[in-house]
Amino acid sequence: MTLPVRLDEDGAAAPPRENGELAFSAPWESRLFGLTMALVEAGRLDWEEFRGRLIVRIAAWEKRAPSAGESWNYWQRWREAFEDSLEAAGLVNQPELDDLTRRLAARPHGHDHHNDHHHHHHEEHAAHAVEETDQ
Amino acid sequence: MTADHQHGSDSPATRTEAIEALLVKKGLVQSAAVDALVERYEQDIGPLRGARVVAQAWTDPAFRARLLEDGMPAIRELGFGDNTDAHVARLVVKENTESVHNLIVCTLCSCYPWAVLGLPPAWYKSPAYRSRAVREPRRLLGELGLDLPADVEVRVWDSSAEVRYMVLPQRPRGTVGLSVEELTGLVTRDSMIGVEQL
Repeated sequence: MTLPVRLDEDGAAAPPRENGELAFSAPWESRLFGLTMALVEAGRLDWEEFRGRLIVRIAAWEKRAPSAGESWNYWQRWREAFEDSLEAAGLVNQPELDDLTRRLAARPHGHDHHNDHHHHHHEEHAAHAVEETDQ
Repeated sequence: MTADHQHGSDSPATRTEAIEALLVKKGLVQSAAVDALVERYEQDIGPLRGARVVAQAWTDPAFRARLLEDGMPAIRELGFGDNTDAHVARLVVKENTESVHNLIVCTLCSCYPWAVLGLPPAWYKSPAYRSRAVREPRRLLGELGLDLPADVEVRVWDSSAEVRYMVLPQRPRGTVGLSVEELTGLVTRDSMIGVEQL
């Protein structure tokens, strides 16, 4: 089994693990991870550059000395670094991402069940919203 | 309230969904390929606790003896097994040798040594593995890429709610002088189930 990159096993950039396995506490976290790796494997993003941005985002969060109300979430920092990378690579820009995020968030209640069982359902809605953007 | 239950536009779940939708629309990723990648990575370094136990047993004969005598107290020496598998009375470790190869299965359900190996792989729970591991283990192992010499005896251990098994694989050749940490990195999940040799 060959994998496109070897993840850090310790240090600030190392993803959380449980008994060696990557530890995701919500579906969006594993989704985010998979999207990143898919673009790295396709040669659209450079792993070392992404890793550098991740380290920067983690350091920035720590420097901000967040209030007690904001708990640490490694994958939130990953998401920030991923957005930075997408922007830098010219793949997704912030305005279009902000716009679609707002539109998805505005869906009627009951559309937004974030779990694996509703995944397909979910993607269809997202695809819809993307198409509407074009019109 | 966790981040996952926020529904506003600042919810990371919604934002990630938007990223995916845009990447799919631009033809940059395929959703199915993303699923497959996540699965491959989830186990990229294998179950660390079990690997650590095996490496310790390879380098410390006294520990190895205690581990084979009674698994649970031995893994607790390394700080494992306290809360993850507290309801399991016994962990029995079976040592592979030149003449004996061990294989673990749970024919009734999917009992598995969680404390050391974490989550079981999907195939471990499949009806095919559960029945064939007992009926034709040698052939099953062959299909999984492990061809054992005819003079090696295959022993199959059927797990239960009370007793969980784990295989202590043979130490690979050419590893003299490696540290416990380096050896830990060589031990795979599959070798501790008994469907792989190192």
